[in-house]
Amino acid sequence: MKAIQEPCPGMDRRTALKAGSSMTVLGLAIAAGLIPAREALAQAAGWNKAAFDTKTLADLVRSLGGSAPSENKGVQFVAPTPEIAENGAVVPVGVTSSLPKTEMIAILVEKNPNILTARFNIVEGADAFVSTRVKMGQTSDVYALVKADGKFYFAKKEIKVTLGGCGG
Amino acid sequence: MADPMRIRAAVAGDKVEVRVLMSHEMETGQRKDAKGELVPAHFIQTVNVTHNGKTVMSAEWGPAVAKNPFLHFRFKGGKAGEKLAITWVDNKGDKRTDETTISGG
Repeated sequence: MKAIQEPCPGMDRRTALKAGSSMTVLGLAIAAGLIPAREALAQAAGWNKAAFDTKTLADLVRSLGGSAPSENKGVQFVAPTPEIAENGAVVPVGVTSSLPKTEMIAILVEKNPNILTARFNIVEGADAFVSTRVKMGQTSDVYALVKADGKFYFAKKEIKVTLGGCGG
Repeated sequence: MADPMRIRAAVAGDKVEVRVLMSHEMETGQRKDAKGELVPAHFIQTVNVTHNGKTVMSAEWGPAVAKNPFLHFRFKGGKAGEKLAITWVDNKGDKRTDETTISGG
């Protein structure tokens, strides 16, 4: 069971697959319903589980306490966001917002199992810019969702994926 | 414990440009191993960056952030020689904090 508790930094996928057998006990326990999957997953303080469980833009915005997000040109995808991603496991996405009082930037991938990938709180004085790398299972619309002055705005962009990043 | 983060923070005009590369599996919990068993989810959930004890960036991540996560952002008010500390916490309660000194632009 040790292997489950310890993170495996630097482990490549092949070794991860080989080590998989030691993870079967917990896996089986979850599959058999002995441990509800929800409780088997611990949670970091301040992590908004409800938001990460949502599947659609509307549900996500509702879970963040807003309603009816509108498309706005003040929200933009910037470099290094690609048109076509060769590898869905590593898709760079950069977002900026020129909207006054931008408080939050979130990156959403519509066709992933859960729509919310990451959200960033923009503190006062910080640039309304963030860039990271996400996984995409398939070609999908990607949303940049921004909360500015209490309201929600978004930009939408299709990123084509030639090789999915969430497969087994 | 996880490997150290690689952090680069440099003054650029009136801002500090920060790039971070973390070492983490970011396992989604959706993937199956060779035996068809689900590999349990293991991913960073929260990230917090402080400058002189004040938060300059905080984030919540789901499992769809890519393996060995990369983060790039900017903040105002930092000077060369000052410290920047970055902490992440994952869904198994593991955490890691690394510090860096802001370099001149």
